[in-house]
Amino acid sequence: MTKISAAILLAMFGAYTWDELQVVLIMQGFAGISLFSIFLLMALGMAIIFGQMKVINMAHGEFMTLGAYATVVCSYLSETYAPGLFHWYFPVAMIVAFGAAFVLGFLVEISIIRFLYKRPLDTLLATWGLSMIMQETFRQVAGARETSATMPDWLMGSWQPAEGLDIPINGMFLLGVSVLLTAAITINMYYSRAGLRVRATVMNRDMAGAVGINTRLTDRLTFALGCGVAGVAGCAFTTVGSISPTAGSQYIVDTFMVVVFGGAGSIVGTIIAAFTIAQAQSILEFLLSGVLAKVFVLLAVVGVLMIRPQGLIASKIRK
Amino acid sequence: MQHLQGSFVNTLYRNVLGGPTGAIGLGLLALLLLVFLPLTIDSFRLNLMGKYLSLSFVAIGLVMCWGYGGIMSLGQGLFWGLGGYCMAAFLKLEAAASIAGEAGSDQNKALTTVGIPDFMDWNQITVLPWFWEPFHSFPLTLLLIFAVPTIIAYIIGVAMFKRRVGGVYFAIITQALCWTMEILFVTRQGWTGGINGITDLRTLLGWDIRTPENQTIIYFVTCFLIIGCILFGRWLLNTKFGRILLAVRDMEDRVRFSGYDVANIKTMVFCIAAAMSALGGAMFVLNVGFMSPKLITIEPSIYMVIFCAVGGRMSLIGAVYGTLAVSFGRTFFSEQFPALWFFLMGSIFLLVTMVFPDGLAGAVRRWIWPPIERLFGKGRAISAAVKEGQP
Repeated sequence: MTKISAAILLAMFGAYTWDELQVVLIMQGFAGISLFSIFLLMALGMAIIFGQMKVINMAHGEFMTLGAYATVVCSYLSETYAPGLFHWYFPVAMIVAFGAAFVLGFLVEISIIRFLYKRPLDTLLATWGLSMIMQETFRQVAGARETSATMPDWLMGSWQPAEGLDIPINGMFLLGVSVLLTAAITINMYYSRAGLRVRATVMNRDMAGAVGINTRLTDRLTFALGCGVAGVAGCAFTTVGSISPTAGSQYIVDTFMVVVFGGAGSIVGTIIAAFTIAQAQSILEFLLSGVLAKVFVLLAVVGVLMIRPQGLIASKIRK
Repeated sequence: MQHLQGSFVNTLYRNVLGGPTGAIGLGLLALLLLVFLPLTIDSFRLNLMGKYLSLSFVAIGLVMCWGYGGIMSLGQGLFWGLGGYCMAAFLKLEAAASIAGEAGSDQNKALTTVGIPDFMDWNQITVLPWFWEPFHSFPLTLLLIFAVPTIIAYIIGVAMFKRRVGGVYFAIITQALCWTMEILFVTRQGWTGGINGITDLRTLLGWDIRTPENQTIIYFVTCFLIIGCILFGRWLLNTKFGRILLAVRDMEDRVRFSGYDVANIKTMVFCIAAAMSALGGAMFVLNVGFMSPKLITIEPSIYMVIFCAVGGRMSLIGAVYGTLAVSFGRTFFSEQFPALWFFLMGSIFLLVTMVFPDGLAGAVRRWIWPPIERLFGKGRAISAAVKEGQP
């Protein structure tokens, strides 16, 4: 971190050499990869929910927060009751986070979402209300202050492949998780019976029902799966940031932009969009101030969407 | 001649007042705002009402844009804020001039560079930026309050609707634009006052906006403008344009194939909604005496949509009641039960979308009108109008 700020100072005085600039670009690139992983993890769940089902889930960030809190609880439990296993609690926490978000997502679908499939804009309002309720619940239960999970040793520290380069392990772990999760979801959506059922239901609900697919149950499981993935995202997020009741909601607009920019329903598009937006933001952050970088990126995305309203990778489904 | 005049008045009555139901509804609203509230609550609360009412302009605009046009914009705060900032800029320059007048030629007494807003001085800006110059003139300010948001809405509308971006995508993009503007306003401190916004506004053309008597006058002006907006909205929705707008909402392709340019129709209603929001923003500044970027970002914009949804997305009058109900509830509960408030607000979001998609207006139409009709026995005309769904 100090190296980055030193480099920024250098840049401000315009006295950096090419070598230093290279190091800075690589480091900003890795900062961008951290951001990319978070965007991708958030966007994967949303690509399922919004891309496939056309439901706008404004509470998506809260499902991520739920996963993060589940991880904090796991870390606390294993620290207090099973210190011997503390070294390896993280994979368990990931499953718990997925499970918690999955179950809650399932319940939300039954109680709220299923009534609103015909009115996509209304899902936006309803889930915004849901996100308020969830946020306040987190605040009541866990407190408004930021907390964080205790990390096992193997997630700490950094890797120095060359002089002046400092690549944090947790960032690489985050990247690894997002790559694995992307692979898992791609396989699930495109190479499994379950994914086939989801795609059939999305394309032609009546016909899918006619060939014996339980479309109601498919909806329910798809929504819950998207929420569960958000929970895993939250679990992975604890390795790089601290958790507060509003931790997830600050990424919600970015995530929507990623999904829309990539082309709703396309996993490849989502990956490209998450990478482009995250890298653009993190490299621009070095050249401009952080918030202005955000403005430029948002405007650029809106500009591209004007030229390609269907997003980068359009799904070839006849509407 | 007599007959012609009669039919003209009749048309006006039907299309602008909205027939018997519309007239009664508007009369009740006017009675509440102009007579009942000023007589029963003190001037502090009345000012609070004025503040809430200036948000209802946005909700009225959203009824036309979202309820009738089917265009949900999550960025209305952007237009509301631009209108407000234009007004605030004018008032701020006047306040700066009055400080300069008090200080005379003595720079030190003014504690700031003479003639420019104080926050510019705090940010090491000593010359007024060029885009602040027009706000020296009141007529120009009035023009800009409407022109700036409308032009921006026009650009967004043309860019999006010509490319057939609509529905959910439009909502998300307007939300992103709204966020963008908030970031710009917060970071360009020297130009906009940053996170604090533009504060310490004093007079409008030498007329003090801070005294309780004058605030009451501003309240009444706000009320009259709201009624004006409702009448304008009713007239517009009863014209051919209004019919086409409904058709666009319900079956866009068919309207397009009938030879209409759907993008133009959508852009127009979006611009009108933006202009109304801007008027609301300007009235807000007069009511409360400041403007802040915190009021124009994502969350307030979603609240504006919920005002409209609670009131009933198809009812112009309902929009006003919705705004008042939610805003009052928000103030009351957040003071009394701060923790419960979020649960309650979240439940309102859920309830309104799931159980009462027609909001308060729908509830009135379903449960309150029929018994009244039966009571007065003049049933048919009204119930026909109700079923037709007068705006």
